[in-house]
Amino acid sequence: MIYSKSEKISQIVIYIIVGLVGAAALYPFIYVLSSSFSSGDAVTTGRVILFPKEFTLTAYKKVFEEKSLWLAYANTFYYTIFGTIVNLSLTILGAYPLSKKRLKGRGQISFFIAFSMWFNAGMIPFYLNLRDLHLLNSRFGILIAFGITTFNVILMRTFFQSIPESLEEAAQIDGAGDWYILTRIYIPISKASMATIGLFYAVSRWNGYFWSMLLLTDEKKVPLQVILKKLIVEMSMNEEGMDVVTALSFSKETFMYATIIVSIIPVLIAYPYLQKHFTKGAMVGSVKG
Amino acid sequence: MSLDKSYNVSSLVRIRKNFTVNKILYLMLIPFIAWYLVFLYKPMYGLLIAFKDYSLWKGFSGSPWVGFENFITFMKSPYFLRSLKNTFLLSFYSLLIGFPIPIILALLLNEVNTKWYKSTIQTMTYLPHFISAVVIAGIVVNFLAPSNGLINILIAKFGAEKIYFLIKPEYFRTIYITMNVWKEAGFAAIIYIAALGSIDPQLYEAAVIDGAGKLRKLISITLPGIAPTIIIMLIMRIGKLLDVGYETVILLYNPATYETADILNTYIYRAGIQGGEYGLATAAGLFNAVVAFTLVFSANKISRKVSETSLW
Repeated sequence: MIYSKSEKISQIVIYIIVGLVGAAALYPFIYVLSSSFSSGDAVTTGRVILFPKEFTLTAYKKVFEEKSLWLAYANTFYYTIFGTIVNLSLTILGAYPLSKKRLKGRGQISFFIAFSMWFNAGMIPFYLNLRDLHLLNSRFGILIAFGITTFNVILMRTFFQSIPESLEEAAQIDGAGDWYILTRIYIPISKASMATIGLFYAVSRWNGYFWSMLLLTDEKKVPLQVILKKLIVEMSMNEEGMDVVTALSFSKETFMYATIIVSIIPVLIAYPYLQKHFTKGAMVGSVKG
Repeated sequence: MSLDKSYNVSSLVRIRKNFTVNKILYLMLIPFIAWYLVFLYKPMYGLLIAFKDYSLWKGFSGSPWVGFENFITFMKSPYFLRSLKNTFLLSFYSLLIGFPIPIILALLLNEVNTKWYKSTIQTMTYLPHFISAVVIAGIVVNFLAPSNGLINILIAKFGAEKIYFLIKPEYFRTIYITMNVWKEAGFAAIIYIAALGSIDPQLYEAAVIDGAGKLRKLISITLPGIAPTIIIMLIMRIGKLLDVGYETVILLYNPATYETADILNTYIYRAGIQGGEYGLATAAGLFNAVVAFTLVFSANKISRKVSETSLW
């Protein structure tokens, strides 16, 4: 295509603006990363802008000494792995029957689950209900109480519906029952969709803090995000917080920045997969919400 | 008569046959439906404590009914108007600023023809979406810290006076909205990028032959092409007007900023979970839920009228 001069200029301007937007989105992370490797003095005097100054690992050493953080880290892995298994199992158990026209009352059940998306009892009744069920301060409570996200059920039902019926019919002629069809045909065939929805669940398990903070009173059970809230949000809010160990090589800020980096490493490792699957999921979700 | 009867019998037989043939299908649904009943529908029954003077010791059945007393107490309290106003304002400004930005970003990205450049920028702008709210808020709070936060370091470098942003009510909405734009705008652009990608390229080719410039193409082809998507997204967004991210607000606010930061759900959290006033907090929650339901319901009605798409 031939561009006129003004079109060329506008094209360059667009490339620059878009580049700046990308840089702005990423810069806070770059700054946090560089600061975490810099001396406390370099950070507090504002000498760190893009690259680490007075390179040191002191902040990371302090982070590694923070026992509560590592216990919480292990807890988060526990909640994420087992939580996602619970999520996927319940979601599949609902989505598979709901994708079948031969299921009587399909419309009513769909309405029954969809209704919970528009009308929600809210925080207090949900909390008191868990209290009545003796699920406060319980690891199992965290796994089961957040067992299903309705949106993901609808998404998975849509995935299942896109599988050609002829496949199922062929298996039925061979005498296969629903359990066989689901576990041997549907689940293997929709591995990519399983991964997408599994990652939706896993990310919300990994990132959630609010209900864990409310429900888990035992320090030994809390996940990473709850500890992070204490370490990096509250401590920074209270200026007088942690002035104890400020040395030249180390400051409250570098400690917090190192904590942030340590906590997001798994997400960064998984990011290529996350991006791929979330992009796909967002598209499907937008077509059929 | 006899025909009618035989019809009934046969339909009954059919239903029974359906159940025996599809037994597994119905069995699968049992844990699924049980979960909804136990964790989502049972709390709806629990909403009745909005009409009770609920105490943990007396339990649900032991607590006395008080009619609308909790609602009256809530609506007469100074928190009612403040939190309602803050909820709507925070939501409204978020919509005003946060809604157009992903569209503009998508339009800009659509003009980028260099594939690697486009995907690099997308990767950069999507990233904050995957980072937890706690970490994102942690970064924001650290950057805004009064003495050694990045922003104040920069302010001091330019010779101005440092500002303790987080305890000034007038900055709260700006901070909250900016943070959300940083976290979500990139990812929110995906839907518009997809919509832009589905516009027929022949339209552009025809327009170029007719001598249309960039602006002409934008107004006559691109915007009409993505208008349905924009309208649906806007309607859905308005339906969720009361659905402010209170989990994020809790991370950013403190008593000094309640004046602008305290929204309905943060008030419910403090009154109920922290203050133990379960009846009162549930009444406030029920009020919130009813208004929210009305909004979503109307939004969906409108969405159905405007297009074939709806939430259900």
